[in-house]
Amino acid sequence: MPIGLRPVSDARARTFADPQVQAAWSALDCGFAQVADVFEECVKEALAVLSASQFAAYIEAARGLGKLGRGAEPILVFLQIWPTVVATVRGDALAPVLDLVRAMQKSPNGGAIAGFLQTLAPVARRLQAIEQLELYLGLLRELMQRTSTSIHGRHITFPSPSLPVFCRQAPQLLGLLSLGGLRNWVDYGILSHATHPERQEEYFALQSADSRAILQRERHGTLFADVERKLELWLRALWREGELLVPYSTAPLTHGEIRQPMPYYDSQGMRVPDVLDDAMRAGGRVSGLDRYRAVLAHMVGHRRWSTPQIADNWSPFQRMAVEFFEDCRVELLLIRDYPGLRRVFLALHPHPAAAGCDPETTSCLRHRLAMFSRAALDPDHGYADPVLLDYVARLHALLEGGAAGTADVAALALSWVAKTRRQSDQYARIHFTDTVIDYRDDNRQLWRFIEEGDEEEAFDEPRRRTPAEETVGLPPRRYAEWDYRTQSYKPDWASVYEALHPSGEAAHIDRLLQRHAALARQLKRLLDILKPQDKVRLRYQEEGSELDLDVALRSLIDFRSGVTPDSRINMSHTTAGRNIAVMVLLDLSASLNQRVADGGQTVLELSQEAVSLLAWAIDHLGDPCAIAGFHSNTRHEVRFQHIKGFSERWDEAVKARVAAMQAGYSTRMGAALRHAGHYLAARRADKRILLLLTDGEPSDVDVEDGAYLRADAKRAVDELAAKGLTTFCLSLDRKADEYVREIFGQRWRVLDRIERLPEQLPMVYLNLTK
Amino acid sequence: MSSKEHFLINNQPFYRPQGNEVVLYAAAYAARLPVMVKGPTGCGKSRFVEYMAWKLGRPLISVACNEDMTASDLVGRYLLDAGGTRWLDGPLTTAARIGAICYLDEIVEARQDTTVVIHPLTDHRRSLPLDKKGEVVAAHPDFQLVISYNPGYQSLMKDLKQSTKQRFTAFDFDYPEATLEAGIVANEAGIELALAAQLVKVAQAGRNLKGHGLDEGVSTRLVVYAANLVRQGVSAADACRMAMVRPITDDADIRATLDNAIDSILG
Ligand SMILES: Nc1ncnc2c1ncn2[C@@H]1O[C@H](COP(=O)(O)OP(=O)(O)O)[C@@H](O)[C@H]1O
Ligand SMILES: [Mg+2]
Repeated sequence: MPIGLRPVSDARARTFADPQVQAAWSALDCGFAQVADVFEECVKEALAVLSASQFAAYIEAARGLGKLGRGAEPILVFLQIWPTVVATVRGDALAPVLDLVRAMQKSPNGGAIAGFLQTLAPVARRLQAIEQLELYLGLLRELMQRTSTSIHGRHITFPSPSLPVFCRQAPQLLGLLSLGGLRNWVDYGILSHATHPERQEEYFALQSADSRAILQRERHGTLFADVERKLELWLRALWREGELLVPYSTAPLTHGEIRQPMPYYDSQGMRVPDVLDDAMRAGGRVSGLDRYRAVLAHMVGHRRWSTPQIADNWSPFQRMAVEFFEDCRVELLLIRDYPGLRRVFLALHPHPAAAGCDPETTSCLRHRLAMFSRAALDPDHGYADPVLLDYVARLHALLEGGAAGTADVAALALSWVAKTRRQSDQYARIHFTDTVIDYRDDNRQLWRFIEEGDEEEAFDEPRRRTPAEETVGLPPRRYAEWDYRTQSYKPDWASVYEALHPSGEAAHIDRLLQRHAALARQLKRLLDILKPQDKVRLRYQEEGSELDLDVALRSLIDFRSGVTPDSRINMSHTTAGRNIAVMVLLDLSASLNQRVADGGQTVLELSQEAVSLLAWAIDHLGDPCAIAGFHSNTRHEVRFQHIKGFSERWDEAVKARVAAMQAGYSTRMGAALRHAGHYLAARRADKRILLLLTDGEPSDVDVEDGAYLRADAKRAVDELAAKGLTTFCLSLDRKADEYVREIFGQRWRVLDRIERLPEQLPMVYLNLTK
Repeated sequence: MSSKEHFLINNQPFYRPQGNEVVLYAAAYAARLPVMVKGPTGCGKSRFVEYMAWKLGRPLISVACNEDMTASDLVGRYLLDAGGTRWLDGPLTTAARIGAICYLDEIVEARQDTTVVIHPLTDHRRSLPLDKKGEVVAAHPDFQLVISYNPGYQSLMKDLKQSTKQRFTAFDFDYPEATLEAGIVANEAGIELALAAQLVKVAQAGRNLKGHGLDEGVSTRLVVYAANLVRQGVSAADACRMAMVRPITDDADIRATLDNAIDSILG
């Protein structure tokens, strides 16, 4: 990696050692240096997730985005987020996404493309299924079209004021609303603020009162995303099913369309609605969660006990009857295992009135089947029709027998159809009332069609899960960044790449420590004073350093009075009670190459000395300590380099890494703090200290407003504090004052000469006990 | 105190074998081999050892291990006496002297420096040095050492040393199979077999979540607890919640799931 500022010249000339990366780079035909800088990492991440053809399409799409004439942002963002989107969404999302990008580019909304791509990954995580994502894209398109205004008489169209803000809010909104609810909320915003760009923008930024009110109104029912874990646990606990759950949208595709999608399952998982309201039924109220459970239980029943039947030789009526009968059979089997399910099924199952359908004028087939189904499940069904009773008894007898399968119940169903057939079944007027059993799936898995062949099945993609555990190419970890201007987080904004810090010559550090031997001795004396402060008295010791008089007397009394005395009459001291974990985070940005105020060494050298002495000292104290360095080159590339792990000792390998410390690039402090905090938070310790050694304020080449990164760093410090982590800053810059205070409050000290380390280090520790 | 009769088990403990462990244990005892009983907590390990001690007619000395335990707690110590000090044998020493079966329950809980005192008893030496007293106790010919050990929640810190493990023959225990377990529960608590079967089913729902939010499954012991509560007149659902769900988790999603499992199973 080159150190220093990036070249300005055309980046097409860049070369990559890896032939695969080089080939992709040539295909990308991109002149942006920022893209070149992150390209290799992107490619590695993409290759871990994408198939060969998907990868080719990825590069091709990126190439297009680089030529929109909208700078490096769209292509950069796309290269970074796309593998995540592909890994999250089941199904091909590229075509619809590019369609929308094209539409935006053609309209005056091209400026919103980068913003749209920016939140696509979190949106995809929330929506999961391609069908849902397509609905979201459709919603964006509609919003764009309806809010891009043209002024009469002039051939200028203005970009939508709400599209960019909406894209930014989308992940948050989808955390609260189903797609259907989101559509209503968007609709309201467009309709009421069509002519006021400012108010429209406020509405979509969730800043106006009506915007929040409508949000509350549309927030109803049980969102799948909120109960997903509960449902997964439930499937596992009751059924030992580890099946994937995939939500589908309950929102109508277009206005006015009535769509009643039904649950189903296929090789890729069990499909369930994205939201379910509580149901008020004759049997009482059924919660959304219980409705989900009924849906899943029914599908589990089919998966366990149903075998597909050949559909070709049966009429639609016959097939419908077979489905109803089979649905009843699996539910009875489910109830046999879990009797409590009967209550839920019956609460949701309609109870058609016996005389509810007039066979003279209407096709009553569905009505008869729904009654049969009710009677099969409900001992108190109250029907008197002898044929119905007979068939219910025969179904129950089949199940008693044990081994009856789908084919047996299908035979029973066919016999029922023959027995109850009526002329009017053919009528066009069909009775629907009270015949829809909405927790049942669409039974697509019950049928095989010989004529059409089974290709569909054969070509089903193998199931894909997010390759979370895969460390191939170490995909970046993304962190949100705080935008003080909008007072909101930008999701997944900064990408942090991890690596092991390169090694140099360990002896260099030994020499350095030797040079400061006097200082080290001073530090050691100091630490020895520090140490005992954490001493704990251990009482009730069999053996110990002192007699514990209290206990000894008690034992003696016990003994005199004939009771077996406790012989643990000693006490001792230990420092084991001290339970501190320290993470030292080093700013390795280019400014460290400057000289410290009074000439002599560079800040980097000072930092190197400080971290060596620190690590040596902390190791001496016996506290677990980790060291890492960071620098950044735009938000797309924050590099985080591990120098020492918590479990590593301060040994040759670690010293070698410290010896190789180099300075370059910029200081995206917030992301680095969050990432370091991520590791530190995983430690179990009473006190967890994040010690930052830095020379300057946060900055990065893609940010002009310095206040932005400062505010984000401060926010990061607050977040860490909320997690119980203390952040402390040792500033290597004497002039640092304002911004350090702004970010770290009281928890900072200046370390401009290494000689001051003994003075400052105890502060770090003492500061904590306050 | 240390008389042999004192540690004899007079009444036959109720024990339903899960396989051929009774015969195998008897063989191990005949050869005086140390035995390790592995398995999740509450699956019948202690009951098994008790039963074997009864069956073999040997006294049984059990020690529940914990991390505060020192070697002296096992071996013995000097006590203050009016005239000076007096030595008191620890349970391990007593067992070695009188020829009892010594059962160290949940041995991983003890610190490793405590564990090593058993080493000389488990090899050809069959002796126990009492360092403080300056005595070496030669184990009685009938003495046997048994330890129990739960591999489930062992962490890197809490595992037996190889040098300890390699001194034992071992049994792998697990929760009994459903019908067997129902029989055990019905018998232990004196409830109907059908109800016991339902309680076991609830326990199995919990066990299915092991590794998915639960570190340990629901033990047979807890099922027996639930059954005992039912015997006291508590409703089956409440008994299940109180004995089988609340103790094992604080995770709201898991609680909701198991509560629903209870309602689904009890109908
Ligand atoms: N095979 C069995 N026969 C009889 N009771 C058993 C059996 N397995 C388990 N139990 C019951 O389970 C309870 C817990 O068993 P226990 O031996 O204490 O568990 P462990 O020692 O494995 O933790 C016993 O008190 C007993 O009621
Ligand atoms: Mg069905």
